[in-house]
Amino acid sequence: MSTEQNNEPIIKTGVQNVAIGARDRPDETVLEATNLDVYYGDERAIDDVSIEIPETKVTAMIGPSGCGKSTFLRSINRMNDQIDAARIDGDLYFQGKNVYDEDVDPVALRRKIGMVFQKPNPFPKSIHDNVAYGLRVQGKDDDVNLDEAVERALRAAALWDEVKDKLDSSGLDLSGGQQQRLCIARAIAPDPEVLLMDEPASALDPIATSKIEDLIADLAEEYTVVIVTHNMQQAARISDKTAVFLTGGELVEFDDTTTIFENPDDNRVEDYITGKFG
Amino acid sequence: MSTDTDDAPFAESEETPFTDIDLGWEHRKNRIFLGIIFAASMFGVVMLALLLLDVVTDFYRGQTEFGISLIDFFTRDGSRRQELAGFRGAIVASVMLMIFTAILAFFVGVGSAIYLEEYAPDNRVTRLIEANLANLAGVPSIVYGLLALAAFVNGIGLGPILLAGAIALALLVMPIIIVSTQEALRAVPDSMRNGSYATGATKWQTIRGVVLPAAMPGIMTGTILALARAIGETAPLIMVGALFTNRIAWGPFDRFSAMPTQIYNWAAEPEPHFIHLAATGIAVLLAFLFAMNGIAIYLRNKYERDL
Amino acid sequence: MSTETDPGPGITGGTARDDIESNRRARRILFGCASITVLTTLAIFFVLFDNAASYFFGARFTEMLMGASVEQTVTFTEFFTGTRWAPSHATPSHGALPIIFGTLAITVGAAFVSIPIGTATAIYLSEYASPAVRSKLKPTLEILAGIPTIVYGYFAIAFINPVILGPIAGALFGINLGRYSLLSGMLVVGIMTIPMVSSISEDAMSAVPDDLRNGAYALGATKYNVSTRIVLPASISGVFASYILAVSRAIGETMAVTLAAGFNANITANPFDEVMTMTAYMVSRARGTSAVGTVDYQSLFAVGLLLFLMTLAMNLLNDWFKRRFQEEYR
Repeated sequence: MSTEQNNEPIIKTGVQNVAIGARDRPDETVLEATNLDVYYGDERAIDDVSIEIPETKVTAMIGPSGCGKSTFLRSINRMNDQIDAARIDGDLYFQGKNVYDEDVDPVALRRKIGMVFQKPNPFPKSIHDNVAYGLRVQGKDDDVNLDEAVERALRAAALWDEVKDKLDSSGLDLSGGQQQRLCIARAIAPDPEVLLMDEPASALDPIATSKIEDLIADLAEEYTVVIVTHNMQQAARISDKTAVFLTGGELVEFDDTTTIFENPDDNRVEDYITGKFG
Repeated sequence: MSTDTDDAPFAESEETPFTDIDLGWEHRKNRIFLGIIFAASMFGVVMLALLLLDVVTDFYRGQTEFGISLIDFFTRDGSRRQELAGFRGAIVASVMLMIFTAILAFFVGVGSAIYLEEYAPDNRVTRLIEANLANLAGVPSIVYGLLALAAFVNGIGLGPILLAGAIALALLVMPIIIVSTQEALRAVPDSMRNGSYATGATKWQTIRGVVLPAAMPGIMTGTILALARAIGETAPLIMVGALFTNRIAWGPFDRFSAMPTQIYNWAAEPEPHFIHLAATGIAVLLAFLFAMNGIAIYLRNKYERDL
Repeated sequence: MSTETDPGPGITGGTARDDIESNRRARRILFGCASITVLTTLAIFFVLFDNAASYFFGARFTEMLMGASVEQTVTFTEFFTGTRWAPSHATPSHGALPIIFGTLAITVGAAFVSIPIGTATAIYLSEYASPAVRSKLKPTLEILAGIPTIVYGYFAIAFINPVILGPIAGALFGINLGRYSLLSGMLVVGIMTIPMVSSISEDAMSAVPDDLRNGAYALGATKYNVSTRIVLPASISGVFASYILAVSRAIGETMAVTLAAGFNANITANPFDEVMTMTAYMVSRARGTSAVGTVDYQSLFAVGLLLFLMTLAMNLLNDWFKRRFQEEYR
């Protein structure tokens, strides 16, 4: 990042171009963390994070690698439960319910909150069965027309036209960018309320990346999207709100994306944005 | 951290975001599934326990109810008369079998592994040898017995002697020794080889001076495990003709009966006394096996600590 | 090696030449060792075909080359379709179907034990068991795999048949169970092949990348869903390889089936009947007074050849599945 741009907005944000639709509604908090700590063994990966994530917007989490942004994302749908050494302190509310309460089942939680991973991970099944998998395990395959639901999800993921003639071929035969869109289709097919994305474009080439970014903007019409990215321009392009994590798992600043990139409060954030740090 | 409901930032209600999801049946299904696969996992354990319990019980009843004296058992040879039958000849023959099997299989097996790991070029001959090795490991042991019977016992006229049995067993365990030696050689880091080459050593000097000493504990572990497999093998010896239970084999050219063939002869007899002799023999055979496995595990642990 | 005492300065001179020569010699000797394994296979083929020929055609191939007369003594039709197996009887009959039936019946029955239990054990070990349980269960199953087959035979004849099956046959079916039974053979071979299925299947399941599991969990799948619908299908060719291996092992199994199922060559649907497998036949003839040139002796090799070809087919199939699985995961 060049520092010559300091007088201008540091990075141009794309939010102001989207003026209609969901974004006009007043912010309604869908996810809220209060004083959240996450430990891996003795190591503290998330340090006392409090944040309110608004509904049907794109919230980006940025920060240097190892800053805990992915850990935070995984704690939202309790994927950290899969790691034996992980331990959580503090509260994390989804629609007003603490997801770490004893009566909350992580399986139920994950049916409300979908996730897309950094590395595309299609199942070794057909394209159709990949997308239908979530509907099947969630028992929704009886209620809906499976073929229609698969088509809808693939259209929403902007993949339909490329795969409509080979739905029975393996998901592993697709290119990397197509695989990631397949994973997005798989995540949205069961119609979750929140979509978590963990650096979904980091393993892709620039063309595939821009397709995914366009897709995220469309998805935000319907879903609350929380995206982790190490790419600041990407956060600036696609998000409405941005949270900056710095080393040690500390949430340094959280605000509208325009504010974060043009006029951040915290000096460390400004240093990070301008490339002096991290 | 408090999870007190008063701290909740939202109005508290019975309605949680998850009330529309009923996982009751899902969880029952999961519990039933876990119950089934856990029970299945325990099946093997229970069978092992039953098997060992059966052997120990029959061994004990042999001592108490059938008056099998361990001293007689270890000092007498096989006999058609149950009260005179002992295990000495079988033990001696099995120990000798192991020694000759080890001599026959070890050098050729280790040599083959060295060739395949260190020398063999990546060509069709090498791939043929490797594929053939995998296939040999799946050949039923009784077929090795047929080979020894036709080629050695009758073909070159050795007769049903201990050496013929050792050849059959050596061919049988050769693939096991080769594969475990290959693994041991692969575990030697290339930096060791390079260090030797850098001093101007040839490949053979490197193997003899550096690679083999480093791999030797692993090779020994694999060889002992292979011999443990050989000592319990019955079918090849029966095919070779290891049926001379009532005499002791003093050398590799004598006729013989080993521990497992002796056990088979006893177990196939209908009288209960013989069944208990078989149980006593199995106890001895298992003691040999556990001892050999113990040595192998000790070597492996020592080796792993050294690395 | 010392270059100071070496007057010839060239890099190919002096002691180096001897060392290079001994390296060449070592390489040749080691190649000779490796060829012994190939020779073993060739010898097995040769010995089996050669001696089986004397069973079917009255003379070994080697004897035919010396000019021995060839007349078909046993037709393949009789061998593969005849239902009475008594090759050395006064009125001989060469129908191998009863002993082929015995082998296949025990193999299928054993597969019904080892495949479900072995697969379930593999899923438990790979997906559910805590490290502490795993570290105890796996060595226990290894012990099961290391017990000699003669001990399993003893277990069948001294425990499974008289203590477990005898009372069941008597109480439920009014059958007075003999020393041997088909069912006892199925059970004992099933038990001894469980560890092969479980350990190889578990290796295949553990090789399934965690990415796939996480992808499924993130969709709200339960552990049951992940195990049965992701891990098992993703590892299926490796799991099949373990099944083939267990089946191959059951076909060639000798001592356990001999002591469990007995020596009565007959085709039966009653699991409490005594049957004879191909291997049990071979053991029974070797115990007798077989001598070179007798029908008994020749029949050993005819049956042995068939056994070898059956297991060879299984091994090749196993190899194919294994290679497919390795291709799927790098």
